[in-house]
Amino acid sequence: MSDKQARVLPRAIIASMAFVSGFCIMTIEMLGARILSPYFGGSLSVWGSIITIFMLALALGYLLGGRLSTRNPSANTYALFFICAAVFSLPVIFFADFIMEPIFLAIEDPRYGSLFASIFLFFIPTSILGMISPYSVRLMVESEKDSGQMAGLLYFISTLGSAAGTLGTSFYFVLWFEVNQILWGSVIALVFAGCAILLSDYLRNLNTRSSNPSHAKKRA
Amino acid sequence: MRKNVLNLILKVLAGPAVFAFMTAAVVAETIHEARSKYRDITVTQVGERRCLLFNVHRGDRNQTCMMMNDRDQLVFDYTRMSFVGLLLQPEPESILVIGLGGGSIPMTFAELYPDAKIDVIEIDEAVVNVAEEYFYYSDTDNMKAHVDDGRPFIKRAGIRGETYDYIVLDAFSGDYIPEHMLTREFLEEVKTIMTEDSVLVANTFSTSRLYDHESVTYQRSFGEFYNFKLPTSGNRIIIATLNTLPPRGELVEASRRIAPSLEKFGISLTDYPRRLTTRVDWDMSRRELTDQYSPGNLLREN
Repeated sequence: MSDKQARVLPRAIIASMAFVSGFCIMTIEMLGARILSPYFGGSLSVWGSIITIFMLALALGYLLGGRLSTRNPSANTYALFFICAAVFSLPVIFFADFIMEPIFLAIEDPRYGSLFASIFLFFIPTSILGMISPYSVRLMVESEKDSGQMAGLLYFISTLGSAAGTLGTSFYFVLWFEVNQILWGSVIALVFAGCAILLSDYLRNLNTRSSNPSHAKKRA
Repeated sequence: MRKNVLNLILKVLAGPAVFAFMTAAVVAETIHEARSKYRDITVTQVGERRCLLFNVHRGDRNQTCMMMNDRDQLVFDYTRMSFVGLLLQPEPESILVIGLGGGSIPMTFAELYPDAKIDVIEIDEAVVNVAEEYFYYSDTDNMKAHVDDGRPFIKRAGIRGETYDYIVLDAFSGDYIPEHMLTREFLEEVKTIMTEDSVLVANTFSTSRLYDHESVTYQRSFGEFYNFKLPTSGNRIIIATLNTLPPRGELVEASRRIAPSLEKFGISLTDYPRRLTTRVDWDMSRRELTDQYSPGNLLREN
């Protein structure tokens, strides 16, 4: 026990969160083409823009999330990622036209138009969602020995979430709901995820404190 | 004895030769294949009939065909049907065609109205190249093919205040439906490039759930429109105007006046007025297609 670091959150919670973030990333990405097409059309380059920006945003998110995980990793910071990602997704719902219109007017070439529109719409929320992955690894890993296995498990689960988000959105959600309703679904899922983390952390603290208050204090 | 052997040899050799000759006459010969960003493009020829096909391997239909010995002749019903709007707008000075294909629609317009300004929008540059190389399409002083998506092109034209007298929407014959050109918002943008005298002719779907959704959407945007179907064709043409539709009597009169100039293209315009109807034959409770809700490709499969 002593050589292991104390886990902040139960593994099942972290795994579920990885699933949710993977799911939401791909749901938003799949809707991207629909959001951009009224201004920039449905050409292949529009998809290219969206995927490029998502990749770059995730890359930066991985880097920042990894960096943040070295400084006193906590459930609060982890929950904050989810809440912030939800908040920064809101402009896609409320200001999409407001953001795309001036870009459409300023840039004639739909390739660069869609690239800039993707940056302004999706870069920030996707970066934040990217931070979740390395941070999850940090919270999940207890010892050096199992670090690779835990990272593999998390990639597995979050990629599974991405696959589910892709399939669900392109096969069913767009048939059942409006684009903004699906986006609201993602926002709500992210907020719920954040709350679930905080709640789980709160209950855990409550438990440790009540069972052995002095010990809990020392450990903290 | 020798003669018999010779005969036998001849028969054995001639069999496949005759067979090969027969199949050559029936099976189309592929004369060109291209792979573009969007699709496989194949050009085939059977006798004098040359056709453009998209995604043959997935069993798509001909996009367009041309008779090499009579290039004016329009081979397909839907191509001929695209000229039905002349009943409402017989003297278009500016024409917009969304979707080039083999170019037969714009080329027919150019021949009919040499002074009209014609813009053709085609998303796939490879289709423009094939139309030029194999179907005799070429830009002229008045006719220009733009490699662009129809929706942004129309949006920009609307912002610039440009209008067209005759708009043909023929972007839906391929294997993938551009869903952003089925929506209410798109039709509102199309309306910005129309005048009181303009006519919109949209080649759309006559089968599947999409028929209902699309009809509801056009109805909400334009009010009453003419539905045009032929028993010989799987296509449905929507004819819409900003004004109220002219009575059918006027269309009959117009068809008699214009029909002679369309004869050489194989368009029997006088048959068309009685095929036009404003009767609602779709499920009006279906959801309107909007930029928020436009699952055209999924609706077609269901």
